[in-house]
Amino acid sequence: MLQQAFNGLVGGAFYALLALGLAVIFGMLGVVNFAHGAFYMLGAFGSYVLLDSFGVNFWIALVAVPVALGLAGTVLQRLFIRRLAPLDPLYNFLFTFGLALILQDLVKREYGVQSQPYPRPDLLAGTVDLGLFTYPAYQVFVLAVSVTLCLLVWLVLTRTRVGMIVRAATERPELTRALGIDVGRWVTPVFGFGIALAGLAGVLAAPMRAVNPLMGGDLIITVFAVVVIGGLGSIFGSVAAGFAIGLVSALGNLYVPALSQTLVFILMAAVLLWRPAGLFGREEALS
Amino acid sequence: MPRTDGTPILSVEGLSAWYGEAQVLREVSLQVGEGEIVTLVGRNGAGKTTLLRCLMGLQERWSGSVGFLGADITRLPAHRRARQGLGYVPDDRGVYSTLTVEENLTLPPAVGPAPWPLARVYETFPRLRERRSFPGTKLSGGEQQMLALARVLRMGARLLLCDEPTEGLSPLIVQQIGDILREVRRQGGTVLLIEQNVHFASTVADRHYLLAEGRVVESLGNDEMRARRHELLEYLGI
Repeated sequence: MLQQAFNGLVGGAFYALLALGLAVIFGMLGVVNFAHGAFYMLGAFGSYVLLDSFGVNFWIALVAVPVALGLAGTVLQRLFIRRLAPLDPLYNFLFTFGLALILQDLVKREYGVQSQPYPRPDLLAGTVDLGLFTYPAYQVFVLAVSVTLCLLVWLVLTRTRVGMIVRAATERPELTRALGIDVGRWVTPVFGFGIALAGLAGVLAAPMRAVNPLMGGDLIITVFAVVVIGGLGSIFGSVAAGFAIGLVSALGNLYVPALSQTLVFILMAAVLLWRPAGLFGREEALS
Repeated sequence: MPRTDGTPILSVEGLSAWYGEAQVLREVSLQVGEGEIVTLVGRNGAGKTTLLRCLMGLQERWSGSVGFLGADITRLPAHRRARQGLGYVPDDRGVYSTLTVEENLTLPPAVGPAPWPLARVYETFPRLRERRSFPGTKLSGGEQQMLALARVLRMGARLLLCDEPTEGLSPLIVQQIGDILREVRRQGGTVLLIEQNVHFASTVADRHYLLAEGRVVESLGNDEMRARRHELLEYLGI
């Protein structure tokens, strides 16, 4: 059971990275980024293509792919999302949703729907003795990277002036502008950062999960549930809910396998009945 | 044109504003002199809050022109207006729950010639010092109002735009807010204040604009305001 719990945390590590990106993007831009899963998929494909066609190893991909996707995200935000932002939020819903389908189908056209193999990096091929059980070293690495990143983001958010501005602009964008802060200047880097996190999650997923065009679409639905449970726009809530949901679905898988796919959504419904703004959400976030 | 005591720090010409198809301000013109406290009095829905939002650059659909400190700020975005010295105290106080009290105070950049040092803020508002590391919204309503005022003072705003700072607060707190606003004026600061409390308005302000259905219908001096207090109270429906 402990091992299953550990599996859950590793799964939660992906939810947390994706939900964190979604939460900062939603908070600061008011955009629900339906293309988030597609960028996760592109992260995995990016590292696959780098290795397969150019012989670029995992460690370089781990840095290069998120950076490239983050930059692509900033371009996307400047070219499209920013222009649609003053209109009804539905325009950006449709835009990101359409974009997700386009990206998915472009990859599908090139590589088909079959899963592509991606080997574990040699350094992490073995197992680690965790005392109570041994565990694949790669999974331990994934968990460590995710936890470290979430902690780093948390430190930046709580201890720096930039973090203070992001928190303020996430909570009350309009008021923050009225207090002399050029919120618009921070929107593009925050969007790029969120996309880079999704890309990084994808690179991390490549050696562990099937690399195929649909991997993002499958995962992102659960991540949306995670974000809603954590409280829309709540950064802390989305990370905490990410790990918690990972744990719950892994344990659910163990005890009630028939429910494993639905458990997250049952949980979401229950949380919404109890706290309509999510566990860490504010009521204002709904309006 | 109503008289102003000093040089006008704020002059508004022909300001109109809409929410969707509904026009909420119609050709409003007014002036605020440097060192004055001026109130906007009017019923709910008269357009007072929208007027402040226009001045702050937050209203989406509006026309007219706004001059501040001798410069035309009509086309400036909100953050640049704030950096020119407009200090916004919104009607819901605008205290951030994800920021501590101290972060709430230090979020806006210091602008203008005389931003308050944090030490002075804490001297004037000892309660905020005690609670400096609490989340902003853990404060009581009155304390949050003090925080919102202290924030724009620390910023060094030349003109405070206060949207009903006394609403829903106890008489003691209202009195304190009056003291702070008078102190601001004593130091050469200027305040444009939305106020439903006619008595409070007449004790703190120099002049008053009466708004109705999106228009300035009257400009009153303090004596006139006091003399016509009962009539005004009835008009405001309070």
